Amino acid sequence: MIKKRNDRSITLVTSAFIMSTILLTSCTTVKEYQKNKLNDSEMQLSSRKIQKTEMSFQSYREGASGANGSKTGGGCGCN
Amino acid sequence: MKKICLSVAGLVLTLFSAFAQPTIKDSSQYKPRKLTFEEANLVTSYYHQDGNNSAVTGGIGSEKLSDYSGAIDIKLSKWDRKNRKHNFDFELGVDHYTSASSDKVDLQANSSASSADTRFYPSASWSMENEKKGSTVGAGFSASTEFDYQSFGANINVAQKTKNRNGEFSAKFQAYIDNLKYILPGELRPGNGGGREGDDYPSKSRNSFSTSFSYSQIINKNLQIMFLLDMVYQKGYLGLPFHRVYFQNENLPHVENLPGSRFKIPLGFRANYFAGDKVIIRTFYRYYHDDWGLNAHTFDIETPVKITPFFSITPFYRYYNQGAVNYFAPYQTHTAADQFYTSNYDLSKFNSNFYGAGFRIAPPKGVFGMQHLNMLEIRYGHYTKSVGMQSDIISLNLKFK
Repeated sequence: MIKKRNDRSITLVTSAFIMSTILLTSCTTVKEYQKNKLNDSEMQLSSRKIQKTEMSFQSYREGASGANGSKTGGGCGCN
Repeated sequence: MKKICLSVAGLVLTLFSAFAQPTIKDSSQYKPRKLTFEEANLVTSYYHQDGNNSAVTGGIGSEKLSDYSGAIDIKLSKWDRKNRKHNFDFELGVDHYTSASSDKVDLQANSSASSADTRFYPSASWSMENEKKGSTVGAGFSASTEFDYQSFGANINVAQKTKNRNGEFSAKFQAYIDNLKYILPGELRPGNGGGREGDDYPSKSRNSFSTSFSYSQIINKNLQIMFLLDMVYQKGYLGLPFHRVYFQNENLPHVENLPGSRFKIPLGFRANYFAGDKVIIRTFYRYYHDDWGLNAHTFDIETPVKITPFFSITPFYRYYNQGAVNYFAPYQTHTAADQFYTSNYDLSKFNSNFYGAGFRIAPPKGVFGMQHLNMLEIRYGHYTKSVGMQSDIISLNLKFK
């Protein structure tokens, strides 16, 4: 059962890696004046300010955390 | 002829000199040397949860909790003589919670000292951007204090853009030095006493060290992606002393006992795509693994729809799935043969769904005509866990410029 789950995880990570490689190799250079859509505040790649408390309660109520720009320690959140 | 030549030369020189005049600088290019206010953000939230698997009462009992939080951060900046931008960010946050489960640290008590607490968490950070080199360096400090838990953190970070400014690599190193009061459940305390603020509890330490790496890349005018990798090492007392664990055929509880270290590796991927002129698709996937045997997958999608250039509505959905840690078992399932044990359902096997919507207004003349109130955003979400817990959260973000 555990082996099956690990196999599925490996497949997922491998698929993500292959897709990322395809994406990265299809890059085109975008000049500053062409970045009006990319610079839109809702296109930013970080989490948004309003998600602060959501990310905080998720990190307390779930076993996994991190890789989303949130804190990696500090504070109890133990209730 | 000589006169004509001189006149033409004079005219050409006049024209050249006219075009060569120093252009009046665009106000957006103005780079203040003095410390200047950039923006302030106020984020406030109300969170409420309920469930029936509280870790304080051994995996059974109410998880009812309400939390009010507010945080304000202020961003200041200045440019130095070498044309580098210095950013300063100061934040102060406050959380106040009331909790039915932590009220049960003392089973006999009703509305005991532990039923509510307030946490303060100030932080300050600095970063320096060198536009010419495309590099950024920074550092920060943070603290968090509540009745039974104190934390101090420090971090340094570096970032470097690629030559064509379409990619950026960043690295961050963080350390948190934490201290918690060893408050046992009432029935396990010597003499069954204590629980008041003035009591002198022994303390335990918990330290976290992490490195975070990310690489972002612009794919085209509408699409950008990011890879994230964290490596987190925690050492010290990683359980909580008032989490009860009831063993098979025993009436008196034990205190949760977890290993003295934990190594976590979350791996994330973000992709944001601007579809057409009105719809943005923001996606996030994370795979997580740690040496307590927990594996988890997170998938998140939100789609801001721009009704007008200054008003957008954002529905969102998040799916999360995790397996249990090796040391979890429900109420009265653990045995004396177990070296480590917990009945904390946050570490059990479950999946969760989180969905809701938000709206954002950012008119050019300010929200409600108030010029300095640059943006208002409200967001509501409903969260359900397959183990029965559910919660609601509503948040407000006001941005002042």
